[in-house]
Amino acid sequence: MSTNDTNRIVGAPVPRKEGVNKLLGRAKYVDDMELPNMWHGATVRSSIPRGIIRSITFEPHIDWDDFTVVTAADIPGKNQIQLIVADQPCLADGRVNHNDEAVLLLAHPDKYILREAVNAVHIEYEQLPPVFTIEESERQETIVGGAENIFKSFLLEKGDVDSQWASAAHIVGGEYRTGAQEHLYIENNGVIAEWSAETGVTIWGSLQCPFYVHRSLLLVFNLPEEKVRVIQTETGGAFGGKEDYPSLLAAHAALLARKSGHPIKIVYDRMEDLAATTKRHPSRILHRTAVDKNGKLLAMDIDIATDGGAYSTLSSTVLSRATLHSPGPYVCPNVRVRSHAWATNNVPYGAFRGFGAPQAIFAVERHMDEIATAIGLDPIELRRRNFLHDGDTTATEQVMREPVILDHLLDRALSESDYYARCARFADENIGSAIKRGIGVAAFYHGSGFTGSGERYLNSLAGLDVTPDGKVRVLVSSTEFGQGTNTILTQIAAEAIGIPYDDVIMAPPDTGIVPNSGPTVASRTAMVIGRLIERAGLQLVTMLRDHAGLGELFTPRDFFVACERLRNADGKVESRCRYEPPPNIFWDDQTYRGEAYPAFAWSVHVAQVAVDTVTYSAEVEEFWTVQEVGRVLNPVLAGGQIEGGVAQGIGYALYEKVLLQNGHMANNQMTNYIMPTAEDVPQIHVSFEEIPFSYGGYGAKGIGELPHDGPAPAILNAIRNATGIGFHSIPLLPEDLFAKLASRRTVAEVAAV
Amino acid sequence: MSTRWPNTVFTVNGESRTVNVPPMKRLLDVLRDDLKLTGTKEGCGEGECGSCSIRMNGELVNSCLVPILQADGAEIQTVEGLEANGELHPLQKAFLACGGAQCGICTPGMLMAAVQLLAVNPHPSLAQIREGLAGNLCRCTGFIRIFESVVAAAAHEKSPPPLQALDAR
Repeated sequence: MSTNDTNRIVGAPVPRKEGVNKLLGRAKYVDDMELPNMWHGATVRSSIPRGIIRSITFEPHIDWDDFTVVTAADIPGKNQIQLIVADQPCLADGRVNHNDEAVLLLAHPDKYILREAVNAVHIEYEQLPPVFTIEESERQETIVGGAENIFKSFLLEKGDVDSQWASAAHIVGGEYRTGAQEHLYIENNGVIAEWSAETGVTIWGSLQCPFYVHRSLLLVFNLPEEKVRVIQTETGGAFGGKEDYPSLLAAHAALLARKSGHPIKIVYDRMEDLAATTKRHPSRILHRTAVDKNGKLLAMDIDIATDGGAYSTLSSTVLSRATLHSPGPYVCPNVRVRSHAWATNNVPYGAFRGFGAPQAIFAVERHMDEIATAIGLDPIELRRRNFLHDGDTTATEQVMREPVILDHLLDRALSESDYYARCARFADENIGSAIKRGIGVAAFYHGSGFTGSGERYLNSLAGLDVTPDGKVRVLVSSTEFGQGTNTILTQIAAEAIGIPYDDVIMAPPDTGIVPNSGPTVASRTAMVIGRLIERAGLQLVTMLRDHAGLGELFTPRDFFVACERLRNADGKVESRCRYEPPPNIFWDDQTYRGEAYPAFAWSVHVAQVAVDTVTYSAEVEEFWTVQEVGRVLNPVLAGGQIEGGVAQGIGYALYEKVLLQNGHMANNQMTNYIMPTAEDVPQIHVSFEEIPFSYGGYGAKGIGELPHDGPAPAILNAIRNATGIGFHSIPLLPEDLFAKLASRRTVAEVAAV
Repeated sequence: MSTRWPNTVFTVNGESRTVNVPPMKRLLDVLRDDLKLTGTKEGCGEGECGSCSIRMNGELVNSCLVPILQADGAEIQTVEGLEANGELHPLQKAFLACGGAQCGICTPGMLMAAVQLLAVNPHPSLAQIREGLAGNLCRCTGFIRIFESVVAAAAHEKSPPPLQALDAR
């Protein structure tokens, strides 16, 4: 070990690695970059949801010779964006399947002239009948995508659900719906592309997954791997919204660069970003639950339907995660989950923090409160009687081998929120008051990392090297977009080697430099990539001891001297590690049985709300969140992740409504797509319990998505507690509250007066 | 150089600048494209998100809503003008220590709003901080650590008092 091993870096609130550059305004986002002779690119989009393109005309008042125009005919390789299923064209060719679909690209040196030109291109269509809702798609009368409108289905079965209905003391059903949600990263999607015959395509962009973009471009341009290079620029928020979409955008910019001979910048404005890019999948989830007389769950029958939009994008994996999170953190001997992702002619839905889990957890955690009411049991007690514990099995028969401390998390959340005292106080104060206060709970897990065999397929490679000027560099394609990748990975490397935090830097997120450590998604970075960096650090020290005379105890100076000895001998100082799954992990993709996730993060949320029965607004007044996410690598960053996720979850529940008209987002402006502001976010109390996970980076599990899962059900449960009315859909806006509360109020309030 | 338009002369971060651009060009674009001061960001282009916030004649403005002709003779401060003599501004230090910046895209605007707030009210209550920053959207932090950063900067110390102690909401 090093001589400074008492000076722990992991677990310390070290400042954000790239923080100073961000605070000085020096961090370079893609729109802050310019290349010599760069032109700007723009996209001409469809204005109908489904149809055949009959003609494209260009208004004669513009001199089109000054522009580069790209259509599907200019694509040298395949007109496909490769993700899971290659059903999405890079540019519409002959037909469009959703509004705001990219049909034609323009480039010009002047971005202001370009904007006018976009409006001077006219597309004539022969319209085909569109499908906009899950219900229309389910009828399978008009087939618009997938296999008979189905992108993906799952059937998860444990025990025999149908054997339970006859004998159950109670059967409780419910239907729950969630709306689309926009990521609303403050930096819109944007890329710069450069083309040369010798080097191929180079992309700089605001993106999460450099190798996803890399793989897509290989196909579109029919190029060998070394002729495509993707570099992530500083990224101003992503939340899943820059997981899949940048592949499409990068292809567009690169096509224009190839044809025009100029580097091309495409940066969307807010209206285009909101209208054309992915959002969270809307869902409809049905629960039917059999419960015995003591409140024990006997059978859960769950049916999930999501709207996938016009192309499959990530709908299958989002549906998988929704399926696996739908039974909640409970033991139930008989579970059946049927799930379908449906094709419509809406703009394709994609990845968004939580990735299907927020939808599923909204349904099951709202449903638990409905069950409690139906059988006359305290919703806290109902949860407690059914929580998973060590040794129990989930719906996929995964045995809980790591400690599960849900009871403790719940106790702590109740005690910190003074739950029962508040319940009693509000019950008193609400009588005769126009403001009705209530308090609600949600308990849940979030599976860390890719589902099932996913991490094995990814087979991530990550490492460290040492620069000649004496810095250890972290070599990963894992990207920073606010969540803290740079900081935690350099902390882990510094800790593993035993050198100061400042002696470790990140290698540029450039596919020409770093190995493929997989996508930066699925709450996998701290756990999976963190572990690889921890191993790479320990391996580097061992290499230096074995081959470069590094002593048992060493100073940072000793370490770097030994690195130079190794460099002189071997020509390089590098340590790489590949993913190794934890032992005894089995997963069957066909039957959906086995270890769905290598680890679970656990959380209990408590929300206090005030419902104004005059204005019909609901406000979250205070929020408590207790979670177990394995080891907390950096308490400031971890707290920030939780608070930010809760705020986004509050928006999901009460503010954020994507209004579709003819499959086009009608409120595609920040003026009328409303997210929580500094005045809307309540006081948020965050507490961690730490149980280090043996196979995560210094014990870390996933954290990023977890906090988005719980606010919506906790808030709507609190509204039920406040008003006595169970609301089953989000977003829950004042008009929705009005619709149910107004009629009842006239009776109840008059009686009270 | 072209003289098709009147010159606009103004001061940015203490330095006199002259531009010759269309009078309706947005101040945001002049800062970013003409003066290469790219610290000021565009988030929405319609005055909702506050990413382009700058201080102009002692007021906080959305530079996406200001035509450059309105800036003639103005005194402007952007994020690039906060650091003094290689030393971070107390708010920058506090944002770094408290986790007030995550992805960083709202940060320049948020810092300018916070500078404005503390210039007007050096010891704001939590409610006043919330109000002062209400025009600046942050999607990453949930704002809590931004509030703590402002409190810490106001107190000139790195460890802020717990927010509960300020004024319970």
